[in-house]
Amino acid sequence: MSRPVVTAAQLGLYSCHTCNLVTQAKRGHREVVCPRCGHHLHMRKPDSIARAWAFLLAGYILYIPANVMPIMHTSSLFGAQSDTIMSGVIYLWHSGSWHLALIVFIASILVPSAKLLGMTFLLISVQRRSLWDPLQRTRMYRIIEQVGRWSMLDIFVVAILVALVQLQSLATIRAGFGAVAFGAVVVLTMFAAMEFDPKLIWDPQGGRNGSSIVGH
Amino acid sequence: MSSSPHHSTRLNFPSLIACHDCDLLQRRVLLHAGEVARCRRCGAALYRNLPNSIDRALAYTLAALVLILIANAYPIVGLEVSGNRQMASLYGTLHALWVEGREEVALLVGVTTMVTPIIQIVLMLYVLIPLRLNRMAQGTIPVLRFLSTVSPWSMMEVFLLGILVALVKLEHLAHVETGTAMWAFAALIPVLIAAGRVFNPDEIWEKVRALS
Repeated sequence: MSRPVVTAAQLGLYSCHTCNLVTQAKRGHREVVCPRCGHHLHMRKPDSIARAWAFLLAGYILYIPANVMPIMHTSSLFGAQSDTIMSGVIYLWHSGSWHLALIVFIASILVPSAKLLGMTFLLISVQRRSLWDPLQRTRMYRIIEQVGRWSMLDIFVVAILVALVQLQSLATIRAGFGAVAFGAVVVLTMFAAMEFDPKLIWDPQGGRNGSSIVGH
Repeated sequence: MSSSPHHSTRLNFPSLIACHDCDLLQRRVLLHAGEVARCRRCGAALYRNLPNSIDRALAYTLAALVLILIANAYPIVGLEVSGNRQMASLYGTLHALWVEGREEVALLVGVTTMVTPIIQIVLMLYVLIPLRLNRMAQGTIPVLRFLSTVSPWSMMEVFLLGILVALVKLEHLAHVETGTAMWAFAALIPVLIAAGRVFNPDEIWEKVRALS
């Protein structure tokens, strides 16, 4: 397979994010618009790295209260109790539903932290114009993009518990500030992943066929 | 954006496609029904040949409309402790969060489980029904663009899993019962996934171009 490896950007072509039409832009035009669907055209997402970093750093900051502060307050005849994300997982584990504990652990603890670290790795590698296995890094990006939404699981659990356990005389459940922070982390990391442009992973490859080379 | 995407002054290349993940420029090839074209460098799915995608997407979207109405109209789950009964609907869930002062959480849950899915379904119908009749609704192009940006924020499947986890947590404390909306949610998820899968933007853009 020795077909030419050339990207649209190298030929000065724009590819529309919405309708995929490939177009050539006249030089000197500041605003380029897709002739088919009217979408603004960019060769790469504008300020992709800076914006992704901004969302990611905000995510890191809120990640602390999201894990330290309680996401749920329970008060019942037997007293009051506050649960963080981790204590919720431990409760599920001890109450015998280890498979659910595992699902919640993956969705609420593993996915958000892996997403923060993964995006950090991708951003640094792109900024350093790394040549290391672009295919693996692209796969990593796709996984981060698709799996992030599942972190919302704990927010939904708390929401349903709050609505359901309103038996005033017996017990009430309220959402804690940790839930707000955690929701914000999920949203911020989703924005970070959306702003990141995976094409930047491939740009330093130049005319070389990505997967066959290893950085030097 | 502005209304006239008809400047033919610029060269465009409908026979080419650039990979949305790695920007590799490739020539479009004809696919058999059901086939997917993948990027030869990074393996991203570039385009597919889905026959009758407008018909199919319309059928699934209509089914989704019925199910989402049921899912919003009926209670999802109920709880019974010594004669005391508490039912929770989707709206009731948002309301409970709002009144206890967690408006941000109420908004987040509302946008991802109620507002976005309903907007998606309604706008899909708004675009697809006229296209099926070889007409084009006003604003079809911006609506299609909007639909592609809004889709990550529809999280019905995560919400359903959330309901299940909440039920297991309460099982020890009280008698829990599932409501009608729970089954509507369970049915809605595969229907929404199917609607997304058969939705073929290429065919739609082709038709939009032919009609405009």
